[in-house]
Amino acid sequence: MFSEILTIWSDSPALSLAIWLVIAITLLYAGRPHAHQLLRNTGRSFYRSLRLAGAGVRQLENRVSHRNRDVLLAAGREEAENAIEREFARVSEIVERDLGQYPVLHRRLNETLEKIETDYHNSIENKPMPRAWQELMDTIGKLPTSGDPAVNSILENIRDVVQKSHDETLEAYQSDINERHGILKGMRPDWRNLGQTMGKVHETITGLDERSKSIDRQMAEYERMRNSDDEAVNTLMASSLKQFFISSLVLTIAVFGAIVNFHLIAMPMSEMVGGTSSIGPMAASDVAALVIIMVEITMGLFLLESLRVTHLFPVISRLNDRMRRYLMIASLVILVIFAGIESSLAYLRDMLAADQAALAQQLTGEATGGTEFGWIPAMGQMLLGFILPFALAFVGIPLESFVHSLRTVLGAVTLGLLRALRVTLRVTGGLANHLCAMLINLYDLLIMVPLSIERMVCYRMENREAAPESASPSEPETVQTEASEPPPEIQEQAPRKRSRKRAEPTAAETPADADDLPLTTQEA
Amino acid sequence: MSRTATTFRNRAAPRGLRLALAALLSLFLIGCSEAASNNRAVFVLLDISNGYAQEREKVQQLSAYLLSELGAGDSLAVAFIDNSSFTERNIIAQTTFDARPSVVGQQKRAVLGKVQSFMEGFETPSYHSDITGGILLGRDYLHGTNAERQHLFVLSDLHEDLPPELNRDMALDLAGIRVVALNVLRQRGDNNDPAAYHERLASWKARVEEDGGRWQVINELERLPRRVALR
Repeated sequence: MFSEILTIWSDSPALSLAIWLVIAITLLYAGRPHAHQLLRNTGRSFYRSLRLAGAGVRQLENRVSHRNRDVLLAAGREEAENAIEREFARVSEIVERDLGQYPVLHRRLNETLEKIETDYHNSIENKPMPRAWQELMDTIGKLPTSGDPAVNSILENIRDVVQKSHDETLEAYQSDINERHGILKGMRPDWRNLGQTMGKVHETITGLDERSKSIDRQMAEYERMRNSDDEAVNTLMASSLKQFFISSLVLTIAVFGAIVNFHLIAMPMSEMVGGTSSIGPMAASDVAALVIIMVEITMGLFLLESLRVTHLFPVISRLNDRMRRYLMIASLVILVIFAGIESSLAYLRDMLAADQAALAQQLTGEATGGTEFGWIPAMGQMLLGFILPFALAFVGIPLESFVHSLRTVLGAVTLGLLRALRVTLRVTGGLANHLCAMLINLYDLLIMVPLSIERMVCYRMENREAAPESASPSEPETVQTEASEPPPEIQEQAPRKRSRKRAEPTAAETPADADDLPLTTQEA
Repeated sequence: MSRTATTFRNRAAPRGLRLALAALLSLFLIGCSEAASNNRAVFVLLDISNGYAQEREKVQQLSAYLLSELGAGDSLAVAFIDNSSFTERNIIAQTTFDARPSVVGQQKRAVLGKVQSFMEGFETPSYHSDITGGILLGRDYLHGTNAERQHLFVLSDLHEDLPPELNRDMALDLAGIRVVALNVLRQRGDNNDPAAYHERLASWKARVEEDGGRWQVINELERLPRRVALR
């Protein structure tokens, strides 16, 4: 078919091809303005459509960004309010517990300490000898001895009696002092204890000071959130992403735990629900095992909700304390029952596995060896079956973090996708426009022969028109005119420049995004 | 008014619990529905005629493999081919495994014990071999199980030698049954004329396939797990 069309003008393919080329070039030359117009309009329409779509995507992106920001700030404000509330509750608790009776206690403590200290210092000083006895002893010592033996004897007797009385009095005084000192010595531990109590009170005061600083810090952060500060938004975003990754990690671990739990109870479940029935593509025993695990996780969620550890279900949070306690007890009881069931199923699994191993050995004809420590894996499986439900029950905590941070992460991902879409649209529009400009040039390249002829004809016609005008003046002027005429290329470019100048919009008409507008076909 | 609101709030959680319980109950009822027919049924025929009786130990090997492969809900029967095979006395052991794994183990031990007892009590090979009668017996058993996948294993040299009084000129009706000929021994006459062996196999294949069955020959039992997918 192609060869027939090719040789329609002549039997010689080369000649026929040349004729076809001439016809095609002629047709292309004839349709040049329309083709240029078509390509130019197509490129511009593509560019403008995609640019319009990009603007729409940008608006959507801005809306999503604002929405993300609002959601993030609202969540951050709520969290900060809760944190500040908790701090105040702790401060109130400390004040009520430790500092409620502090002024009275402080006064009593100070009085007691002063009294004890005064008594102690007084008691450790050695009292001087009573002055009356000393003066009496001095007076007796200074009495003149007349040499009379009787008088001397009397004076000696008086001195002895006074000395003896003095010694007895001094001994009694020292005994009393020692006894008092012993009592004060016994009070020293109490004194130290009082000092330690004062130290604790001081620590409590210091702790309160730190709490107040923490509250100040959180209040400042809360203030930044209320003012929609960018730094606060960035901090919240980073915190949310961190929470997302941590909760994802913990949830992945929980999923693996659930898989282990599933394999622990799937086989023995067939002993309860039968191994032949199935629900869809899954065996009924597998579905039953999955249901048990899901119910355990659900009970764990209810338990954590009723304990107010998590806040996933507002309905449970709104329940009164009595109902919440009932729900907590019910969840715990069901969880314990399921843990017991799982434990027994794990034991049954061990029995079935042992029976199957024995049967396999019997089928293969090998000797059946007794398992001496077979109770160890059985006990391990039972313990695992009992513990895993409780471990899975705590999945609510990471789940709550995951759900809360998922909104932020999804928002960020959506924003990224919208940005990528916008850039893609703009790049595609620019490429389409440039492609059309390239096609226009390619079109002109195909018909360069007639275009060259056209240029030559135009040049000659212009020269011919210019010749009569230049013949009337004097010769030098003609020479000057010829010399001042630009070369043909420049002459050809002149209308282009004019048209380009005409095509350029004024400053008032220039759109805000004039830098993004594509080049016109002539510019290209 | 406030009392009504409080009552409503108090009843909100029990309603959610009731819904959860209803969903669980529905799931339980669905689980107790009729079991889907996705089970397997296997019938094993052992030729105990003169030319093949020495290969009877193979049936133990095949039984061990089948017992290890089959599970809850599957059916298994072992029978022998002798002078007249289309009788209940030809069945050595048959069972449909229970849904509970613990009972399945006991059933497998019982089947294995019966097969071993038969092997120990075997004394005299049969003079004739009524293979068609055995296949008909197996067909009836397999169709009776209503299993999704039905296999008929034939341990024989496929040389049928019917007593004159038996009429086995009838359609086998083996629709949905895969007939697997195992350990097909070459007889002394096949040594003289190898084409007779292939003609015998070809004639059985044509007969089985004409009657709606699928035919397969596996001479080494070790290749059975790779060639026949029971699961």
